[in-house]
Amino acid sequence: MTGAEAAAEAMKQIDPDVVAVYPITPQTPIVETFAQFVADGEVKTELIRVESEHSAMSAVVGASTAGARAMTASSSAGLALMWEILGIASGHRLPIVMHIANRALSGPINIHCDHSDSMGCRDHGWIQIYSENAQEVYENTFLAVRLAEKVLLPVMIMQDGFITSHAVQKVKLYPELNKFAGEYKPEYYLLNIKKPFTAGPLELTDYYFESKYQQAQAILKAKEEYLKIGKELEKITGNKYDLFEEYKLKDAERVIVTSNSTAGATKDVVDLLRKNGEKVGLLKIKLFRPFPYEEIAKALEGRKIAVLDRSESFGAYPPLYGEIRSALFNKNKTFIQSYVFGLGGREIFNKDIEAVFNDLKSEKQEFVKYIGVRT
Amino acid sequence: MNIKELGHREKRFVSGHRSCAGCGFPTIVRNVLAGTKEPVVVSCATGCLEVTSTIYPFTSWKVPFIHSAFENTSATISGVEATFKAFKKRGKLKENVKFVAFGGDGGTYDIGLQSLSGALERGHDFLYVLYDNEGYMNTGNQRSSATPYGADTTTEPEGKLHHGKEEFRKDITKIAVAHNIPYIAQTACHAWNDTVMKAEKAFSIKGPKFINVLSPCTLNWKIDTSITVEISRLATETCFWPLYEVENGKYKLNYRPKVKLPIEEFLRPQGRFKHLFKPENLHIIKKIQENVDSEWKKLLKLCGES
Repeated sequence: MTGAEAAAEAMKQIDPDVVAVYPITPQTPIVETFAQFVADGEVKTELIRVESEHSAMSAVVGASTAGARAMTASSSAGLALMWEILGIASGHRLPIVMHIANRALSGPINIHCDHSDSMGCRDHGWIQIYSENAQEVYENTFLAVRLAEKVLLPVMIMQDGFITSHAVQKVKLYPELNKFAGEYKPEYYLLNIKKPFTAGPLELTDYYFESKYQQAQAILKAKEEYLKIGKELEKITGNKYDLFEEYKLKDAERVIVTSNSTAGATKDVVDLLRKNGEKVGLLKIKLFRPFPYEEIAKALEGRKIAVLDRSESFGAYPPLYGEIRSALFNKNKTFIQSYVFGLGGREIFNKDIEAVFNDLKSEKQEFVKYIGVRT
Repeated sequence: MNIKELGHREKRFVSGHRSCAGCGFPTIVRNVLAGTKEPVVVSCATGCLEVTSTIYPFTSWKVPFIHSAFENTSATISGVEATFKAFKKRGKLKENVKFVAFGGDGGTYDIGLQSLSGALERGHDFLYVLYDNEGYMNTGNQRSSATPYGADTTTEPEGKLHHGKEEFRKDITKIAVAHNIPYIAQTACHAWNDTVMKAEKAFSIKGPKFINVLSPCTLNWKIDTSITVEISRLATETCFWPLYEVENGKYKLNYRPKVKLPIEEFLRPQGRFKHLFKPENLHIIKKIQENVDSEWKKLLKLCGES
């Protein structure tokens, strides 16, 4: 099945109370597949076919506050239209889960993969989990629901638009995960009419800062809860749910750090170069918010590191590079270089990844190096 | 119903909020929520009502309440109402619950129009209550598409070349009617009996309902805080703000003034129209009167009156 279908399949097993849907390429097959489950009575979910992504996020905010387990999905401009309400979802501490099929932001308009959409909202208080392939998308959905409800924060699960969302891959489904999410029992919810409360009040100079402080503490705590829930999930799937994946990293001298489907391609290149005796490896990003600074620094210290970002932060270090560079502050014998690739779905080939590993040998530092762009 | 009986109904919106003296909406909110004895969940757009009634750690709402943002109160209540359906389906909720969304004119005519239209079209079982104070009053009297012709606002002010707003307001009630929903009504702050009757009727009907209530703003209409009810009454007596309802597509006029007062009666007490009474601007008042007359004529026809 495709990554989009894998997302919908996990949603089917979870059977959320409310899902709000609005189409946008390349996310659309997620909500289409799920809508078919609703039409065929395979889930009990109330589906709201809203008139925009802004309303999709608003409706799931309403649903989640009312006591529902609520989910949605989006991409690119759709996610950007939700921007305002994303901060309300996290600020109101609502455990909403959202699938993202990563796509470039306009303009110029482009429907293909890059990460400017989810990276653009990285500071909106959502937990962010990146997925290499359809299998990870499927499994991360279960982890996300449990994690969101444990720490009372929303979670977005990323997959590469088209590359993962539309490509058919083998996905192993686990019927035993049907019960993994359990029942959602919020402490306060609007439909508990005997215990009325006011959600979304006005907080001024005397309270707002404390609310934000608590939110900041909560997302930090999400790291250990992610690992705990991951351990439970591992018992069922046999797979690991670490903060990040280390691929042939232990003795690697040169390392690529990247996320999503490009990590898959990098594994092939690592295998190829290893056959020639080159000590190369990969660190694949999984949990991006909260960002595991210390653990990553420990894993990367002393290497030559190439960070491959599929998005820009115009006038600044690209998002992933900026985090890794921060993580490695004060670490000795470390070389780190930023590479930006694949904006708007521009292909990255194995030979490009190989060239990055070669380039690292030179330790030639530039602000940002670009892969596959005509300058 | 008499006013004594109304006074004995459960108070769901209580005092202690920080709305201005003479503000129209506290009366409107209480009268609307008095329209049902069943549990109610309220959603509210950003605006005067929300900021004055929910200053943390206080609240004036004795019913479950949610505020999310400015333009999305209809989408928000959609999610709440969908959860109600989901809970019913799964046997997680016994009680029947009613849903109300409140929004000001900025949050309804302008920035929230899409969200409202979507929720009306989808057929959610909720009542939308627009408290219409004819401008962005929470932020200090900026023009909205509800602002009447000629009014002085901070973003379309009276000046050497212009005389305040130079466009007639859009007819949001008729926009709601165009959604073919079962019940739409227009009422006003002074008409407590009419408001409660309309709320009761709306709550008894399944599906989306829309009520537009005129809500005088003492601060930015620049009126004395003691004349809120009077100015609202004058809006109706001049036929500037007719009271009517549309039930399943059928128009009904709820109040016909014995003597239709000239529009000056409504405009004169208000500082926002003061400049219109300069001799060189009297033609503007004439233009407003002509518009009121033609709109009133159209409405009478729709209501089958002559």
